[in-house]
Amino acid sequence: MTDQPINITPSRWQRLKDNDIYWSFINSPGAMIAAAITLICIVAVFSAPLIAPFNPFDPSQISLWDGKLPPAWAEGGQSQYLLGTDNQGRDMLSTILYGGRLSVLVGIAAVCLGMVLGVSLGVISGYIGGATDAIIMRIADVQLTIPGILLAILINGIGRAVLPIEVRDEFAIYVVILAIGLTDWPQFARVARGATLVEANKEYVQAARVIGLPSWLIMLRHILPNTLRPVLVIATIGLALAIIAEATLSFLGQGIPPTTPSLGTLIRVGNEYLFSGLWWITFFPAIALVVLVFAVNLLGDWMRDALNPKLR
Amino acid sequence: MLAFILKRLAQSVLVMAVVSAISFSLFNFVGDPVNNMVGQDATREQRVQIRIDLGLDDPILVQYTRFMGNALQGDFGLSYRIKRPVDELIFERLPATIELVFVSAIIALVVGISLGVYTGIRRNSWISRTVLSTSLVGVSLPTFIIGIALIYLFAVILRWLPSSGRGGVVDLGWWKTSFLTVDGWRAIILPAITLSLFQLTLILRLVRAEMMEVMRTDYIKFARARGLAERSINFVHALRNTLVPVITIIGLNIGGLIAFSVITETVFQWPGTGLMFIQAVDFVDVPIMAAYLVFVALLFVIINLVVDILYFVVDPRIRLGD
Repeated sequence: MTDQPINITPSRWQRLKDNDIYWSFINSPGAMIAAAITLICIVAVFSAPLIAPFNPFDPSQISLWDGKLPPAWAEGGQSQYLLGTDNQGRDMLSTILYGGRLSVLVGIAAVCLGMVLGVSLGVISGYIGGATDAIIMRIADVQLTIPGILLAILINGIGRAVLPIEVRDEFAIYVVILAIGLTDWPQFARVARGATLVEANKEYVQAARVIGLPSWLIMLRHILPNTLRPVLVIATIGLALAIIAEATLSFLGQGIPPTTPSLGTLIRVGNEYLFSGLWWITFFPAIALVVLVFAVNLLGDWMRDALNPKLR
Repeated sequence: MLAFILKRLAQSVLVMAVVSAISFSLFNFVGDPVNNMVGQDATREQRVQIRIDLGLDDPILVQYTRFMGNALQGDFGLSYRIKRPVDELIFERLPATIELVFVSAIIALVVGISLGVYTGIRRNSWISRTVLSTSLVGVSLPTFIIGIALIYLFAVILRWLPSSGRGGVVDLGWWKTSFLTVDGWRAIILPAITLSLFQLTLILRLVRAEMMEVMRTDYIKFARARGLAERSINFVHALRNTLVPVITIIGLNIGGLIAFSVITETVFQWPGTGLMFIQAVDFVDVPIMAAYLVFVALLFVIINLVVDILYFVVDPRIRLGD
């Protein structure tokens, strides 16, 4: 026995490196590639104002004469428009970057809404139990039997119909976020409730109860942080689904208006020119969407395996 | 058993009550129905008269009871835009949707089950690997992108198939079918493939997983030891036992097909109920929206009820566990 103090608090970096999730991450090349692509996509779309060659919302930079130009490498393409231009003469690369930013933002906002709603209801449901639990989970069950995209279309449709026609485009983005968020929550509620049921019987929660902490504080400070692992997995997969849902709504003409296009709106607009052979107006936004969704999906798949103790 | 069904039934009725209340409130919160029915230059007296004729000055509960009574008889009033009874419009459009869903379901089942059986038995062949990785990509692709890609390839570049509409239809009196013309069959191919692809991958993966599990069981080993032909083992002994979960998900899949038919119908301008709903939302045609809402909810309630009861009948473990 020595009297030398043992270093019981390793550095943060050391703790990160010892973490099982970190280990799993650097040992699965698929996850690293997916994370890299996701990161590149997200950094690219959020720095759109810095890296995009043009600003598609600035009328002084758009010229109708340059409309419908093919990509730079094709015949008739111009070098300053790498991926060609759309029907209004906007540079495709720039519109995709700005549109992607909107898609990612809507996706994140919708998932956050669904997560906050679902996790709070799930934790309350699991901790309080009884009739509250029965009612909340029955609603979630019923909602889960309806395919998400159909529900999102219905909620979005009602939301748009309730708004007066003058402000419909202005608020379209919030209606879309609300529709997708309200569709998402049962997944989160189920997972959070499951984790809460496990945690609620553990000794630290009993101890907290014995010293007289109010229920809301126990839920917020003690149970909530311990439910977040599985919630993170659902959130990642949910992000991919939310981005698809937004693109689908916009493609149906029920989502983001063409004045501030998202990827789905771009595909919708481009679709009208597909028959005249102007394939690039649809093709590049579609590819951007597929790559983004695929990368996020792969990341979610890896996370599900890495964070699931049953599979280890 | 009876208690279980009654419980589910009560729940279904509750769901329908909530959905119909929502669709009823649409009429009151979305725009002014009188404005939707008369022109700009209608006089004040005319508006009041219409209001009384429509019963809009009655108490809300009376209105709700009347709405429910009419809805139970399939009457949702006149479409604001087309000025025709909504139930008539829905029944006119329904055959198109049902035929599309039917063909897609057949494609998804036949191709999904056969590929699932194949990939489950020949796990390591290169065909299985290709099919599986393609199916992964298929899950990530949004439906409308698959539709656009098919249109571009087969309608724009190759010009083999039409890109939109139903083609020629034959009127059977109460049912307009596109199954009786070559044109109709050509028109249904692309939308049906688009709609079936997602469900196909789900069925494929499920059958494959079940197949792999069954192949490991003792009775398959015993059948092999008895020297039965490989084909008879695969199809008579193994496949049959994988079908129980498949049958139960078919019901849920029909729900999925109907949901995604809204998207597919818009991509291909297929004149079905989904396209009608999207157009109704564009024009804030409340009666159609309300009717579609109730219609879809009813469909899902029935599907879930049937699937629940099927589970109960098919799987003895649920009966004993309850």
